[in-house]
Amino acid sequence: MRLLPFIVSAVATVGLVAVLNTQLPIGATKSPRLGYFLSPQQGFWKNAEKVSTNFDASIVANELKGNVDVYMDDRLVPHIYADHDEDAYFVQGYLHAKFRLWQMDFQTRVAAGRLSEIAGADKLSIDRFFRRLGMVYGAEQTEQYINEHNPEMKATVDAYTAGVNAYLKQLSPEDLPFEYKLMNYAPEEWTPKKTYLFLMFMSYDLTGRSATADLQLTNTRDFLGYDLFDKLYTNQQDSLDPIIPKGTAFAKPSILPVKPAGSDLAYLKKQDPNLAVNKISASPEAPDKNNGSNNWAVAGSKTKSGRPILCSDPHLGLNLPSLWYEVQITTPTHSTYGASFPGSPAVIIGFNDSLAWGVTNAGRDVLDYYELKFKDSTQKEYWFNGAWQATSNRQEIIKVKDSADVVENIAMTHWGPAMFDAHYQNPQSKGRNLAVKWTGHNPSTGVETFYKLNRAKNFDDYLKAIALWKCPGQNFVFASKSGDIAIKQQGNFVARWDHQGDFIMPGEDTTYDWQGIIPNEENPMIKNPERGFVSSANQKSVDATYPYYLGTAGSFPLYRGISVNKRLRSMNQITAADMQHLQTDNYNVFAEVARPALMKFIDPSKLSADAQRMVKEMTQWNLYNNEHEKGITIFKLIWDSVEDAVWGDELAGSPIPLTKPESFILLDQMNKDSNFSVADDIRTKDKVETLKQQVNLGVENATKKLLDLEKENKLEWSAFKATRVLHLTKIPALSRMNLPIGGGVNIVNATSENHGPSWRMVVHLTDEIEAYGLYPGGQSGNPGSPFYDSFVDYWAAGKYYRLLFLPKQKLVANERTKWHIQFKTA
Amino acid sequence: MKNTLSINLKFIVSLLLSALLAYAVGIYGNLPWWSFVITNCIVAIAIVQTPGKAFLSGALGVGLLWLILAFVIDAQNQHILSVKVANLLPLKGSFIALIAITSIVGFLLGGLSALTGSFVRKA
Repeated sequence: MRLLPFIVSAVATVGLVAVLNTQLPIGATKSPRLGYFLSPQQGFWKNAEKVSTNFDASIVANELKGNVDVYMDDRLVPHIYADHDEDAYFVQGYLHAKFRLWQMDFQTRVAAGRLSEIAGADKLSIDRFFRRLGMVYGAEQTEQYINEHNPEMKATVDAYTAGVNAYLKQLSPEDLPFEYKLMNYAPEEWTPKKTYLFLMFMSYDLTGRSATADLQLTNTRDFLGYDLFDKLYTNQQDSLDPIIPKGTAFAKPSILPVKPAGSDLAYLKKQDPNLAVNKISASPEAPDKNNGSNNWAVAGSKTKSGRPILCSDPHLGLNLPSLWYEVQITTPTHSTYGASFPGSPAVIIGFNDSLAWGVTNAGRDVLDYYELKFKDSTQKEYWFNGAWQATSNRQEIIKVKDSADVVENIAMTHWGPAMFDAHYQNPQSKGRNLAVKWTGHNPSTGVETFYKLNRAKNFDDYLKAIALWKCPGQNFVFASKSGDIAIKQQGNFVARWDHQGDFIMPGEDTTYDWQGIIPNEENPMIKNPERGFVSSANQKSVDATYPYYLGTAGSFPLYRGISVNKRLRSMNQITAADMQHLQTDNYNVFAEVARPALMKFIDPSKLSADAQRMVKEMTQWNLYNNEHEKGITIFKLIWDSVEDAVWGDELAGSPIPLTKPESFILLDQMNKDSNFSVADDIRTKDKVETLKQQVNLGVENATKKLLDLEKENKLEWSAFKATRVLHLTKIPALSRMNLPIGGGVNIVNATSENHGPSWRMVVHLTDEIEAYGLYPGGQSGNPGSPFYDSFVDYWAAGKYYRLLFLPKQKLVANERTKWHIQFKTA
Repeated sequence: MKNTLSINLKFIVSLLLSALLAYAVGIYGNLPWWSFVITNCIVAIAIVQTPGKAFLSGALGVGLLWLILAFVIDAQNQHILSVKVANLLPLKGSFIALIAITSIVGFLLGGLSALTGSFVRKA
């Protein structure tokens, strides 16, 4: 043995293995273990799926009560035929895991505040935020409630869980999803709690904006003083076209929320001077303001066939793998098709052989902050109803990769968790002790709503199913083969007095507590209206005659609802194709009003040549946010610049971001009051700016940006907007960037940068249901599969797939049916 | 003449044995991805060659195995994943570069491990 060369080469070999087996730091992130990652037998190459993969399979599962047949169609949509309901959910869990395992695991990790565990201390601020908001607490409440009170749902979620775990059990390490190999961790067993955590995340995504907005609005009010605030943030929307038509009479309210005496001073702070700004630390994540949706149903009286058509397109973050997974579930009790959530049993938005349903976000405020006074820094007692009351301590342990655990001690109070305290602050919380009260913390029966909707046969079944729905409040649209259409806003909504919960509320006694939850019967509902359609687009559901306060105007976008209703009113002899055109419609109803308002104030003779050219192009624009239009880009930048010129001075000087007034505020002012005093730039003491000067200043400012865009060839709307469907890790290589698509905020086709119609569905309720749909993703979550993003281009082009919804024999014989997965009992 | 032939035969047998054993231990996802380092070392101990030839037969054994596997997988996948990974790593989206790097990793580790083995027995 030649010792020295042996040692040298052995060290070199071991050294190289060690380097290639280590995650090396690249910037803020880490590389995969390169040797492992590149190994063709274990690494990412194993995820490169054969384009001609045959998905036929035969699976033995002891957990099943009977055999289950799954047929996969050419878009990789599974059609599950089971003899027992629980078996169907077992198989749904198995298929979710087979095609979406990493995503299910990742999304529930986010909800549970467990990102640091896989991604390191970098993600700690996100984890702490979710822990302190009570996400895990809420999921635990739901789990406990269902385990104790709802054996049917427990069995459903248990069967689903068993299905996920059956897939996990047979999964070999080399077949782990791509992202596990990239980020170097492994999946863990699914549990019912993970399903509830996922649903908590949806509650957060759709109602959690208040967790940020209430603080920001409080700070904005404190900064501006109440009088100016009241002027700029009025909740009055003159052009509102509510979900329930104006003038509809509402029943006498069973709760009369009473505004506490003295609250003008103590709560609204009508005379309060500016508060001091404390030291700042980390800032939280806020759900997208544009999380919303469209849905509508037209009655047979307005359709060519004489049968209703129902449409639903939820607007959410656009991600790969998609939030949605298409599935058909057929058992002796029901036959349902639609979009499901990987992570949860049943179909969420879809139809069965009797009816169809869809949802949009209600936008109602169901999350409030209460300011606490602790006796001392131990936070063991807080002042409540005239005495020191004990808190209980909730401990949340956050594991951090390559670092020590972080422990969150959260004081639990009458209101809920003390989210912000001496240990946890952000720039908006300003060192206050704040407890959060949220309907999301209450036990949820949401799974049962969908379980029952999947099986509903008629309007009464629909009402019973949605009556169980609590959070996040939704507008459930409904249409049946028998000809009924309806929409109901359902959820646990707080019976609020005017402005209750817009700002942080005093929490030293029950004076500002919720005075009740509005009974279901008093939630806004409309069935078979004379106008022949029902619709919602996140606008306020009711006019001012409704007896309860809904929340701030910022939660209720105005213009999509106006667009949808205007079109539906004018349409007759409607076909499914007409409905597809409406879902993908790019007309800008806001610009229709705002452009002439701007033009009233623009004085071309005072503008530079470039600005004149831009204004001219804007005036020639056809008001459609189509892919190649330049006018919309110019309009948007000019409008934004004018808003900055008008509001910028009032909001400047604050060290933390304040809430910008809604666009309709400025627009209304332009249309009715050209001597709008807020237009004056308060920073220039010696002169008074008029709205006209500010508008022309805005145009010049916008022109500078527009000229840059022109040089970069980004003046066309889709190039400027650069819509992208982002992988959940935000890694561009795994995402679809710069899609050729129009639309935008305020547009029926609500496609903005990374947000928009996440599932488009049109259901024509003919005898054999004629349904169309798609989402911007693909059925496989594997970036190495041709089915990873197979719907994206079609979606961007505004096209639809005809959905295959057939009884078993017909489906087996259908030419689009490609594969068969058999599940057998042992 | 006879000598050269036997050396060439040894070389080819080692190369094929390296590849075969590396493939065999690679099938089991529960074994570490670098298990072929051990088998390669054993091949080099069992079949005595000069260190240079041992290195080359081990390197080509694993390097070619990985090249062929990656190439076949990539062709059947129509480059869907390799282009994404080649943008991620970053290799400017070149699947050819990605296949090359894959086989170079196999080549280097295969060679070094065989070289180490060759020093166990005096050449």
